[in-house]
Amino acid sequence: MSDNDILVEVRDLKVHFPIRRGVLFDRTVGHVKAVDGVDLSIPRGKTYGLVGESGCGKSTLGRALLQLTPPTSGEVKFDGVELTTLPAGKLRATRRRMQMIFQDPMSSLDPRQNVESILTEGLQAHGIGANRDDRRRIIGETLDAVGLPKWALSRYPHEFSGGQRQRIGIARALVLGPELIVADEPVSALDVSIQAQVVNLLDELQDSLGLTYLVIAHDLAVVRHISDVVGVMYLGALVEEAPSDRLYTEPLHPYTRALMSAVPVPDPDVEDRRERILLAGDLPSPANPPSGCRFHTRCPWAQPTRCADERPELRQIGASRVACHWAEQIAAGELRPHEVTAKVTRPEDEGEEPGVVSAPSEPGSYV
Amino acid sequence: MALLEVDDLSVTFARRGQRTVHAVDGVSFSVDTGEVVGLVGESGCGKSVTSLAIMGLLPKQPGLRVGGKAVFDGNDLLQLDDRSRRDIRGRDVAMIFQDPLSSLNPVIPIGLQVTEVLARHRGMKGEAAAKEAADLLDRVGIPDPRRRLKEYPHQLSGGMRQRALIAMAVACQPRLLIADEPTTALDVTIQAQILELLKDLVRDSGTALVMITHDLGVVAGMCDTINVLYAGRVVETATRRPLFRQPRHPYTEGLLGSVPRLDAGRGERLNPIPGSVRDLLPWPDGCAFAPRCARRVDACVGEPPELVLTHDARSYRCVNPVPVPGLTPEADARATAPTTTEPGAVPAQAEPADPPAVPGSGPAPREEETP
Repeated sequence: MSDNDILVEVRDLKVHFPIRRGVLFDRTVGHVKAVDGVDLSIPRGKTYGLVGESGCGKSTLGRALLQLTPPTSGEVKFDGVELTTLPAGKLRATRRRMQMIFQDPMSSLDPRQNVESILTEGLQAHGIGANRDDRRRIIGETLDAVGLPKWALSRYPHEFSGGQRQRIGIARALVLGPELIVADEPVSALDVSIQAQVVNLLDELQDSLGLTYLVIAHDLAVVRHISDVVGVMYLGALVEEAPSDRLYTEPLHPYTRALMSAVPVPDPDVEDRRERILLAGDLPSPANPPSGCRFHTRCPWAQPTRCADERPELRQIGASRVACHWAEQIAAGELRPHEVTAKVTRPEDEGEEPGVVSAPSEPGSYV
Repeated sequence: MALLEVDDLSVTFARRGQRTVHAVDGVSFSVDTGEVVGLVGESGCGKSVTSLAIMGLLPKQPGLRVGGKAVFDGNDLLQLDDRSRRDIRGRDVAMIFQDPLSSLNPVIPIGLQVTEVLARHRGMKGEAAAKEAADLLDRVGIPDPRRRLKEYPHQLSGGMRQRALIAMAVACQPRLLIADEPTTALDVTIQAQILELLKDLVRDSGTALVMITHDLGVVAGMCDTINVLYAGRVVETATRRPLFRQPRHPYTEGLLGSVPRLDAGRGERLNPIPGSVRDLLPWPDGCAFAPRCARRVDACVGEPPELVLTHDARSYRCVNPVPVPGLTPEADARATAPTTTEPGAVPAQAEPADPPAVPGSGPAPREEETP
């Protein structure tokens, strides 16, 4: 896969939501910067995983990429076509090639539509299939692909189990023959044993249909499992982007390290051995993000210079891109972590007493 | 005698015109002082109903039947009347719920909710109660506790709310703490903070902790003894390391195999358990996991498997358990239960014909079998 076969390219994407006050006159008193300057590109046929905690803007980024939420500024190129300035009619036609899978299959499927109607709607909207029989054939093939039986067509979403409903959601996206699928938390509403079925299905579909995925999830283990490249988001911006194996063996950004060390691993030996990097406090408000590096208020490696007043750009270090001024020094062990006292970034901010902050002596020693 | 001894607990919900639901079916476990016991299972396996039954918090409705015993410190919690149960609840036995926003009262300040416990059980009032409440919040790591006392739940973040809930639970230094999915609603970094806090509480005060969760990673890091539940029954009990290293019950093995791991590579295929949890068995009785089980033999159908005890304080309900490496199958079979059929002789993956979910609507959506 060459680098120039890029399906999706995002440049400096920003999505700001206005905060309005007042009854008679709507005044805009500020902006929630849900996504604030994200650059990423997804090669065709690959999976890009986006992880982060709730409120970091990962879902907004996914929606803005599909133009479901209009971006404030920035560019989104899909297969060479700029989407942000595309007229509505053309955008509609392009949507056939980029589909979305939602988190909760129960609330994203119309309970009053049977499966056939759910699947036909998209085909009719885009004028695919010459007649009813032709559409039935397409639907039948899609059902086979996602592993649902034929008689599912006449049934309604409530008659299916959670895993099957998610399969319907996948079929709905797949029936139009898309090239890009944005999956927003595709398995987090499912039970563990069912999760694995859906993860495997997504993998198989990619192999057989050559799909490109943007997978948005908070579960790092799931993202690592299905992604080629993983981007870690914090407060509306990417802090690190790396090939998935590298990200997990050699996390460079302090936030990525903390995130990795916080994920529980179902193995008592690993759990006992590894050291946790406990972060102090909660995510600051995206309406009033900290100056400089957004993570510096919670970062155990934060330095008195640069971190608080200079926003780090994503820099190429090896195969990764990292937004940290001190990534090399931290990786080399020159900088030692220190205890963090939670800073109050806004009047009602919830700062916390820091836990004991400890860090591994060398990268990758805790996984 | 352990601090809490749950013996053959069963909870059934009966409704007119519908099948009786056996939410919990003969669950037994015990918790000792300073011990962390985990109840693990997927949704619908009866882990939350178990905890609610022990606490006497199940809604009183016709058709609800709770059987068995839950002996806490010599008293059977299930036999107590409401008044004496209320005396124990909150003082000796406390509970932490999954979703802190819906278990805190949204229109009452945090402070009042914490002092309520203190007033009810420790008879504290006014300034003394407020001071104690502030101390409690401080102890669970809430900064500036005096100001938090006046705030309402919506003003706190998710992690903070869960801390407030833990503060309420430990207000009377309970001897037993039941935590029902305490971190499921939280982000991983906050989850790590809360788990660390719970570990500290157990270590410092010797509280017994019952940890109810679906996350195998959480139990791997915390629990001394783990009970795996499936469809209302404990299918396997073991201490931490043996359970993860050598699961004996096929369900435990399947669960461990289907979790994507952080330290595994990209593209390694997961081994999902086929099908999904059903409350209906295609045959009258037997092992509830049998329809999804790769190790099914004829003996699985008919009656529920007996509890098999092995030497290393482990027990499981399975007639054809996963063999232990190094142990010959014959010796293992003798050590466990006599199986009439050899595992290889049976088409183990035969799909049972499911009964229709809606009567009279033809074939019901069958559970998918991923090839």
